[in-house]
Amino acid sequence: MSANLSSVLFLITGILFILALRGLSSPETSRMGNFFGITGMILAIVVSILSVDIFFSNLIYFIIALSIGGILGGIIAFKIPMTAMPQLVAGFHSLVGLAAVLVAISAYYSPDSFGLGTFQNIKTASIIEMGLGVSIGAITFTGSIIAFMKLQGLMSGSPITFPGQHYLNALLGILIISLISYLIINQSTQIFWLLIITSLLIGFLIIIPIGGADMPVVISMLNSYSGWAAAGIGFTLENTALIITGALVGSSGAILSYIMCKGMNRSFLNVILGGFGTDSTSSVSSKEKTEHKPVKSGNAEDAAFLMKNASSVIIVPGYGMAVAQAQHALREMVDKLKKNDVKVSYAIHPVAGRMPGHMNVLLAEANVPYDEVFELDNINNDFANTDVAYVIGANDVTNPVAKTDPKSPIFGMPVLDVEKCKSVLFVKRGMSPGYAGVDNELFYRDNTLMLFADAKKMTEDIVKHLD
Amino acid sequence: MEIDPFIFRLSIFILSIFVGYFVVWSVTPSLHTPLMSVTNAISSVIIVGAIIASFSSLDGSSISFSNILGFVAVTLAAINIFGGFLVTQRMLRMYKKKKK
Repeated sequence: MSANLSSVLFLITGILFILALRGLSSPETSRMGNFFGITGMILAIVVSILSVDIFFSNLIYFIIALSIGGILGGIIAFKIPMTAMPQLVAGFHSLVGLAAVLVAISAYYSPDSFGLGTFQNIKTASIIEMGLGVSIGAITFTGSIIAFMKLQGLMSGSPITFPGQHYLNALLGILIISLISYLIINQSTQIFWLLIITSLLIGFLIIIPIGGADMPVVISMLNSYSGWAAAGIGFTLENTALIITGALVGSSGAILSYIMCKGMNRSFLNVILGGFGTDSTSSVSSKEKTEHKPVKSGNAEDAAFLMKNASSVIIVPGYGMAVAQAQHALREMVDKLKKNDVKVSYAIHPVAGRMPGHMNVLLAEANVPYDEVFELDNINNDFANTDVAYVIGANDVTNPVAKTDPKSPIFGMPVLDVEKCKSVLFVKRGMSPGYAGVDNELFYRDNTLMLFADAKKMTEDIVKHLD
Repeated sequence: MEIDPFIFRLSIFILSIFVGYFVVWSVTPSLHTPLMSVTNAISSVIIVGAIIASFSSLDGSSISFSNILGFVAVTLAAINIFGGFLVTQRMLRMYKKKKK
């Protein structure tokens, strides 16, 4: 296939990918969008096969590699529970990162087959692009593995910090830039591998200080990195499809990171520097307060009574709902309430869950129609006209302190105004503060009834009492 | 004076960032998880690089280090492509409207 024709076809791949993302502007068009994405990918693979000089018999190796990956990917896609989507996406990011690194190493050792020059005599522009691609790819790889391990519970979700951490990271960052620049003069294998090792190390170091509940930002950020890595390789290989895709994915991840940071009213830098919620003094003082203030607690029967007699209920789900796998029981509860002519809607905070949109997927899985699920901005005014708020597995995102106490670490974070409801039902296992280490003022309000139980068990008990 | 082809690629890159910016802001927040899984799948278009690496001067008699890396990269990218698109499809099928 001529280089011009393949370039045009790669451009079409890029356009199909843009349409794939465009489709996600509404659930109705999204399935069509995914079809465009798949078509674009098939086109890209076919065009690349036709563009390389291959001995036909060698195609079998490619088919074997593709089949192994395809079968593994297929099994994972069908088996994975929806609650595990964050770690799945983190795991997939690590694969993109590793693939980028492998392609770059391969190009470094056989530049002639990529048309980049000869071994250790690669064109200057190409070696810079290659250096950037391999470095970002390596950072994405190790960073995503740490994120995966934290989300999967293979390592503690609490931030790991040590003295001089930021200086070390800054030093390694400078080292990476110096190594890439040095590759222009000296393309020795030692420099190239040192660059890879330093990048792998920094990927690991930048993710360990970030705590579990900041994972939505981390995943989005790694999503962005995987895109920039792809773009870096795209520049090296002079491939339009990779450049366009890298730019799309890179900006997508960056926007999601921005939305997540805004949802927590924290700067990106503040999240990345990590260590949030580890301030021991604040959690100690909140424990003391807890022991003194009175709390009203109730049981499933009280909750069922309140909701059955309400005319409207808003459900506020959070990560705790996902952990307890309570989404199906919740749906059952809502069905019963609707039979009693109670109007029910769902309110989702931007950072509920461990990745952007996590709660929406879980509710969709439990057959909750998406037009009953609302974002913070669209529902926050409705709390004042609502009888009952049912808070299940959420905590910090409902804390009124974020609006009133400038000294609070979560001050300024957009929160759901659940306290404006006539009554608030708060399902929680105990009195412990949320991730931010801040005591939730809502617990002590007169209109709050605490339901101390596992989210799933409590919801199931309420369902029984609704009969 | 001739324009370096790099400038053309850079132009495509920068314009694509802008396209990405506008397209992604138009994505409804309830579909942000599928957005992440689909961007993941499409970034595996890195497989085009893996294909070049796999077949570079592969003549059937000897397989080079670069070729092996290429095949490993094809496998990794394939996990992502199939896994990413299929899991996105699975999620999108769950989004239903209220029964009227």
